[in-house]
Amino acid sequence: MSKRVFVTGIGIISGIGNNVEETLESIKQKKSGVTDIKYLETIHKGQLPVSEVKLSEDELIEMAKLDKSEPFTRSTLIGIIAAAEAVKSAQINDIKEYKTGLISGTTVGGMDKSELFYHDLVNTTKHIEYIETHDCGDSTERIADYVGVKDFVSTTSTACSSAANSMILGTRMIKNGLLDRVIAGGIESLTRYHMNGFNTLMILDKEPCKPFDDNRKGLNLGEGAAFLVLESEELVKKSGKKVLAELTGYGNSCEAFHQTASTPEGKGAYAAMKEALDRSGLKATDIDYVNAHGTGTDNNDLSEGRAIQTLFGNNIPKVSSTKGYTGHTTSAAGGVEAVLSVLAIQNNMIFPNLNFETQMKELSFSPETELLEGVKVDHVLSNSFGFGGNNSALIFSRY
Amino acid sequence: MEELLLKIKEQVIDVLNLEDVEPADIDTDAPLFGDGLGLDSIDALELIVLLEKQYGIKIEDPKDGKKIFQTIRTIAEFIEEKKK
Amino acid sequence: MDVYIKGIGIISPQNTTDSSKFLDEVVAHDTEFLSCVQPNYKEFINPIQLRRMSKLIKMGISASKLCLRDAGIENPGAIITGTGLGLVGDTEKFLNQVLDNNEEFLAPTAFIQSTHNTISGQVAIALKCFNYNNTYSHRGFSFESALLDGMLLIKDKDAENVLVGGFDEITPEHHSIIKKTHWVKNDAIKSLELLDHKTSGSVVGEGVAFFSLTGEKDDNNYARIKDLKTIYKPESNEEIEAKIDEFLAKNNLKKEDIDLVILGLNGNVDTDDVYYHLADNYFDTNYAYFKHLSGDYHTVGTFALWFAANTIKHQNVPEVARFRKENFTEKPIKNVLVYNHFREVDHSIFLLTQ
Repeated sequence: MSKRVFVTGIGIISGIGNNVEETLESIKQKKSGVTDIKYLETIHKGQLPVSEVKLSEDELIEMAKLDKSEPFTRSTLIGIIAAAEAVKSAQINDIKEYKTGLISGTTVGGMDKSELFYHDLVNTTKHIEYIETHDCGDSTERIADYVGVKDFVSTTSTACSSAANSMILGTRMIKNGLLDRVIAGGIESLTRYHMNGFNTLMILDKEPCKPFDDNRKGLNLGEGAAFLVLESEELVKKSGKKVLAELTGYGNSCEAFHQTASTPEGKGAYAAMKEALDRSGLKATDIDYVNAHGTGTDNNDLSEGRAIQTLFGNNIPKVSSTKGYTGHTTSAAGGVEAVLSVLAIQNNMIFPNLNFETQMKELSFSPETELLEGVKVDHVLSNSFGFGGNNSALIFSRY
Repeated sequence: MEELLLKIKEQVIDVLNLEDVEPADIDTDAPLFGDGLGLDSIDALELIVLLEKQYGIKIEDPKDGKKIFQTIRTIAEFIEEKKK
Repeated sequence: MDVYIKGIGIISPQNTTDSSKFLDEVVAHDTEFLSCVQPNYKEFINPIQLRRMSKLIKMGISASKLCLRDAGIENPGAIITGTGLGLVGDTEKFLNQVLDNNEEFLAPTAFIQSTHNTISGQVAIALKCFNYNNTYSHRGFSFESALLDGMLLIKDKDAENVLVGGFDEITPEHHSIIKKTHWVKNDAIKSLELLDHKTSGSVVGEGVAFFSLTGEKDDNNYARIKDLKTIYKPESNEEIEAKIDEFLAKNNLKKEDIDLVILGLNGNVDTDDVYYHLADNYFDTNYAYFKHLSGDYHTVGTFALWFAANTIKHQNVPEVARFRKENFTEKPIKNVLVYNHFREVDHSIFLLTQ
């Protein structure tokens, strides 16, 4: 197959900004979104820092000019905002002009409202409009309806690699001629459900997370939504529109090791990265920057770090995790980091790994800690690894 | 001590859902993880919750679990120690 | 996009685990919702692993093993699943703990097992399968997306064979919630009389099925999946007809070539119209229906695909599943089309051939 797939639009909302411009500004100013909990009602307020989207649901509804009487979950609202920005950035005026799909990734789905009203849903007839916002497909369909997508909708749900897998399916559907363009990415809002879930795994840091640091204590959860517009080569040629980057490689591999842990040597991470590299036709030395999954947990950073060493040997490119900025946005993470990867290429920039202090004993490299500007960034490798063993990697290249 | 050992065995069987296992089947000094009962890191987290819920003992670092959860006896000794 | 069904493993409200039988004995349900006929899990899963697994995980692992055994494959080139609501039992368990204990003293197991990718991950661990692995959760397109993904992997030669599955479960607690919507009938009815109750809503079911797909033609295969299509929110029956026309033309078929149309009739008077329309005004052939055997759920497409593949393999449409029996004519079953929709939003078509 000779067909190429291009990124023509990006949209993002997370703890560090409500759009692409604000996101880049926060990155440049080393401004983290990780703070005390403000919007989520939980006993962990003041105890566990998170990166929340800095808007209430009323403000989000206002921003998207939506009908307040409709049952929107928080994840749907941020998804609508990010997807609409991506469509606008791709200068799409008539979405029905070409075969267009929307593939989103989420795992928590509409849990933010389900957990709020669950006792009522079981015991009363109150809030029953939220029965049908619980599942993962609800947000995708509401986002699709908002931006007008009709030809294909689907939702991936592989925990923290969901958004990356959305982009992989989107790319393959374009390459197979099933769709001309795809809006692909992921969404996740914070919930008590998964915050407490991660807390039972004892992998939440009570301080801002320190990815790839020898003294790392775990991750900070975050929320966000991010989408890319992917288009076929034919469509881009026809419209002559500006291409932001090319999606040149992707890989998906399963750890098949343990329900919550990856192998210490990072077998699955390596396999996903290697596959992405092989598909792109690039050499390891062509990669200028690795936007790592780098969650800040003991297990991830060790296995991912080792996998990076195995893949790149003595020529390890610049590596950083941007989780210190955005927190771990779980299902959205692959989308958030894909947008950041595209921004790195567009702005010739490599982003700092915040909060890093101490070199990990097991690794030969340390992450980049400064904002590098005016550097060569032609190829970026972006990793997303989900618990359950779902590892995915994407490569974005300058066009 | 014997009473505590039996109680812990019963509680472990309950929280880890060890079907068909009787307290008498668990050797007080046999390793719980790896070869012994074949428990893993998720079971360790379950045992941490057990200690917090039933004995009011909070373990902050999951790495501490390794030492504490070696055998039923080490768990009992840890609980006794904390009681003091 | 030709792929072949080489093996099937299915656990459903019918006796479906013996692949040599095709609805020889029908299980009639008269409960509020249809639950699966459970196999003996110890046959498939060792006790140490079994102890932590909830019902749906047990069903998932067992169905995957049944499927691979049926296909004679040890390790698939990919594992892909679809689920509408994921592991409902584990989700309820953890959610109730969070709410009842005010976020304290929480145990991790139910949470870990409540993510939708649990089954694809657990099957991979059981098989030590490091290959492509994915999970979709999108209402009536959950299994359909997984199937599309699997078919693309074979077409693109990314995998020689793939394991594609779908799973959903119904629990009493969840049923008590969805009963408050107009999608569920309020009384227990005799499942086999599903279409006779001219009321709103349907009867909820559950099920797990895995399919082993391959690009290799073999006389022992069940059937060939020629194509599949999803239609999102069609506005009218005319639009649906146009989409089917286009779909058949793409596959070089005319509607007269279809020997059997399997309809997703679920007894909901509000939403069954499209099926009656297709039977009355569009096709002129033999029809079958199946939701009185399986109940309705997000990934009921798995049951439909199992049913369709078996009509081709056995060259028979069991009496109990014939729709418009009076007009049923005996003829070879070469081309089978499945039309199903989820709440008139997510419509899907499968095309199977001999």
